[in-house]
Amino acid sequence: MNKFAHRKKIISAIIICICSIYVLRLFYMQVLDDSAQYKAVQNTQRLVTQYPARGLIFDRNQKLLVENQPAYDLMVIPRQVKAFDTAEIIHILGIEKEVLIKNLNTCRRYSIRKASVLISQITADKYAKLQEKLYKYPGFFVQTRTLRKYNVNHSADVFGYIGEVSPKQIKQDSTYAPGDYIGVNGLEKTYESILRGVKGEQILLVDKYNRIMGSYENGEYDKPAIVGQNLVTTLDADLQEYAYRLMKNKKGGIIAIEPSTGEILLKVSSPGYDPQLMVGLERSKNYNKLSADPNQPLFDRSIGAAYPPGSTFKTIQALYGLQEKVISAETCFECYGSFKTSIGGIRMGCHEHISPLDLRQSLQHSCNPYYVNVWRRILENSKYPSVRDSYAAWRNFVCSFGLGNTLCPDFSNEKGGSIPTLAQYDKMLHTDNWKWSYIMSISIGQGELLLTPLQIANMACIIANRGYYMTPHIVRPVNGGMNVVKKHIVPCSPRCFPPIIDGMALAASLGTARGAAIDSVAICAKTGTAQNPHGDDHSIVMIFAPKENPKIAMAVYIENAGFGARYAVPIAGLILEKYLKGSISPKRKDLEERMMNADLISK
Amino acid sequence: MNRRNELIKNTDWLSVFLYLILVFIGWLNIYAAVYNESHNNIFDLSQEYGKQLIWMGIAFVVGFFIMLTDSKFFTVFSFSIYALVISLLIAVLLFGAEFKGARSWFNIAGVRLQPAEFGKFATCLAIANVMSRHNFHIMRLKNLVILGILLAIPMGLIILQNDTGSALVYSSFIFVFYREGLHGSIPLLCFITIVIFIFTLLYPPLFITALIIGGSLIAFLYYRQNKQEFYLLFLYITGGFFLLKLIVWLIEYPIDDQQILIISFLFTSVIGIYFIYKRKMRYIILVLLASWMCLGASLGVTEVFNHLQPHQQARINTSLGIENDKMGAGYNVNQSKIAIGSGGLFGKGFLQGTQTKFKFVPEQSTDFIFCTVGEEWGFIGTTTVIGLFLFFILRIIALAERQRSAFSRIYGYGVASILFFHVAVNIGMTIGLIPVIGIPLPFFSYGGSSLLAFTILVFIFFRLDANRLQVFS
Repeated sequence: MNKFAHRKKIISAIIICICSIYVLRLFYMQVLDDSAQYKAVQNTQRLVTQYPARGLIFDRNQKLLVENQPAYDLMVIPRQVKAFDTAEIIHILGIEKEVLIKNLNTCRRYSIRKASVLISQITADKYAKLQEKLYKYPGFFVQTRTLRKYNVNHSADVFGYIGEVSPKQIKQDSTYAPGDYIGVNGLEKTYESILRGVKGEQILLVDKYNRIMGSYENGEYDKPAIVGQNLVTTLDADLQEYAYRLMKNKKGGIIAIEPSTGEILLKVSSPGYDPQLMVGLERSKNYNKLSADPNQPLFDRSIGAAYPPGSTFKTIQALYGLQEKVISAETCFECYGSFKTSIGGIRMGCHEHISPLDLRQSLQHSCNPYYVNVWRRILENSKYPSVRDSYAAWRNFVCSFGLGNTLCPDFSNEKGGSIPTLAQYDKMLHTDNWKWSYIMSISIGQGELLLTPLQIANMACIIANRGYYMTPHIVRPVNGGMNVVKKHIVPCSPRCFPPIIDGMALAASLGTARGAAIDSVAICAKTGTAQNPHGDDHSIVMIFAPKENPKIAMAVYIENAGFGARYAVPIAGLILEKYLKGSISPKRKDLEERMMNADLISK
Repeated sequence: MNRRNELIKNTDWLSVFLYLILVFIGWLNIYAAVYNESHNNIFDLSQEYGKQLIWMGIAFVVGFFIMLTDSKFFTVFSFSIYALVISLLIAVLLFGAEFKGARSWFNIAGVRLQPAEFGKFATCLAIANVMSRHNFHIMRLKNLVILGILLAIPMGLIILQNDTGSALVYSSFIFVFYREGLHGSIPLLCFITIVIFIFTLLYPPLFITALIIGGSLIAFLYYRQNKQEFYLLFLYITGGFFLLKLIVWLIEYPIDDQQILIISFLFTSVIGIYFIYKRKMRYIILVLLASWMCLGASLGVTEVFNHLQPHQQARINTSLGIENDKMGAGYNVNQSKIAIGSGGLFGKGFLQGTQTKFKFVPEQSTDFIFCTVGEEWGFIGTTTVIGLFLFFILRIIALAERQRSAFSRIYGYGVASILFFHVAVNIGMTIGLIPVIGIPLPFFSYGGSSLLAFTILVFIFFRLDANRLQVFS
């Protein structure tokens, strides 16, 4: 023992003191502060999204129209990216350096830690080349995604297309993440929630080098992806293809509906485009090209174009006249042809036909003065105190036919057309004391009256069904779907329909719509020729067949094609024959060829 | 027979038991740190845990033979052992293999040996030999120089190997010297220097200077009851400061506030010395001397710091929280803290640690082995390990104190100091309290040299302790 023995205590005290500081520090780090737990999870767990396959789209005969193809997205986790050789990636992918750098900066802004899409929709062969080199680029990896693949080169307006979600959409619906696809229009948009399925999640364990070390807790917390539901459309793909061939180089829209069910058999918007153009790396280039096209292929004319219905509307006028009993089937009016007839001091244009003529004949010959007379009787109906009240009653009747409003919930871009309200007329005519003659162009489906081809086709359905229509729809009802098919009965008594149908049958057999006639099938049709301030008249037909138990009701609207009889009627006739008979009879092959080859766009 | 019985009777089995338990826990943690499914056999000799097992076997055999050796061997041959290890340290500089930037390895048939590890017990023996001599007094300059040389040789050689961490271990002998009579002011001064060093890096120089001058004023007040003089001094300093400031402002001389403060303090000191000369106040000299030393130290720190290697600067900055680059210099410490912190109270369980296993923690089986303890065994585990080490070290100190021979006592303190330095620095760096200094955690870190060297270190002491009754001095 020596005199410094007491220093043992000092030394021990220092040691104990430092150990205590460490224990306190560890107590803070391990017990009190739980931020490390979170950071550790961030270090080791990588959440990998499992993308479900999008639902497929079929036609009414279970023919596969739209399916999926694998595509590869180059993903990046900006935090892990080291300085790299851009030249090689640019070379493999065939992209611009600026694009790569711009996208990389966008990814950085979104998240430095989370993976986001750097270059999307890489083809399989480029992917194969890229995969070999990817080990050299930390922070980059490839994610497999599914893209659309189309088995038809038409009907893009029906399917619509998918595109990457916008930041706004992500904000609204948190199930989306940047780089996800969402239906932009068409069925892809309206049935997005059904087609998309449910994304799954897999938790992977990764090491410092981001190598996958296995799944977390043997996948106990993983969520498998749920595949999207398939859609069965009511379209007839063969008919669709045939109609598109007939409509080649013509602008317009065609809708055909099965009257008894409201199923849309045919939906054509021409010019259309190949849906495959909206897939892949070239997408935005193609999109720009399409949207710059003066013929507006992206515009869905079949449901989005509001056209004057022209003479096809005479059928509705006649129905209303009969319903209100201002005319009967036997009511006759005189007509002396072009601008020789004067009604209330106004001369009315028409073409040469017999005179005087009754209701059936008026439809057969599409007589204009007849319907001006009818219109006068409708609005000067003594049942109503004023012209305005008469108009209001007429408008209610017309709207019950589904006019002036959208019809089909399957479409997001459908337009309702226009049936002017009293207020609109008051404003337009600068008075609320107007006379029937001020707005008489409505009587023959001109003027302020605008309808979509879908609405015209639906009018045909109502006449074919003798007084009702089923909600038009293009998708067979699915679980959680949006279309509820209902029967809509119009306020028109059954006695009103036979004269109209007879008149339409006459028009198809002997009158303006002769060109549609098919052997052994009774067809009912009403042509229309809508005046168009911008160019040639539009050619229209409203048609259904057979006369008894109709199987198909259709509207064909062709822009700048002259008289209804010239293009709309023969094209309608060919489509009817194709649908009802399955093929075109040899004697009409010439007509078919002429129709297919007619070029109304570049003439 | 008699000798063997006595050996068994006098050996401190508690210490041996603590040693064994530490080695065993260390081995389990190495297994957990480098565990992978394809090599899950703990006896797999191709893996670090398998190799460590062989080293454990070698270490136990060596320990056993040390116990059988006559304890006089270590006192008599202490200088020879020291000389042998020093020559090894020189040899490694000439013929050694370079590994991870340090030329400190002998590579003999695939087995790597690090002579620096063996320098510790050899130096400990040599120091114990010198200090236990008759009439040795540590406060004699000659003795201090001898001790300094004994330490400087291995330290210098190890620094030349570019292994600063291992060289720093020798500074732990300050505990031994203190125990053997070194004046308390020297370790205190060392401590103050470290504090000034840290503060200078953390705070602006003006603040440090003001702090030191303020401290000296308070010290002055403590020694001089006359408050008037204190106020006078205070007035001199502040008045001088503002006067100078005014002059500097007028002549636009490029000089900063810190320098003005130092100059005014210099003037005041001169006046102070005049007072001292007149009234013979010895203490004020001490106060002034200490103050100027501190000022000098604080000014010198920046100089010293700038001469450190960039990675050392970064490590110091990181541990002081100045540089918080989580991807660069701070990465290791940050990941280490995450691993330990994520363990929670009870830990994730044996082999369940992800941070260490997936290599987020660097050197997870060697310098950062404590992370595995922290992650898999939680606060309970870390406290247990620290507790075991503390118990072990205190036990050694207690054993050292019961020695009759000065040699054994000094050697015992050396053992305790070296162990403590290793434990404190290693654990301190893993929890971010100390700059990263690459020295192993005794008995835990993977590495044959380290385990073997620590085993020799403690077993020589166990042997000396077992022999304590035979020595009369």
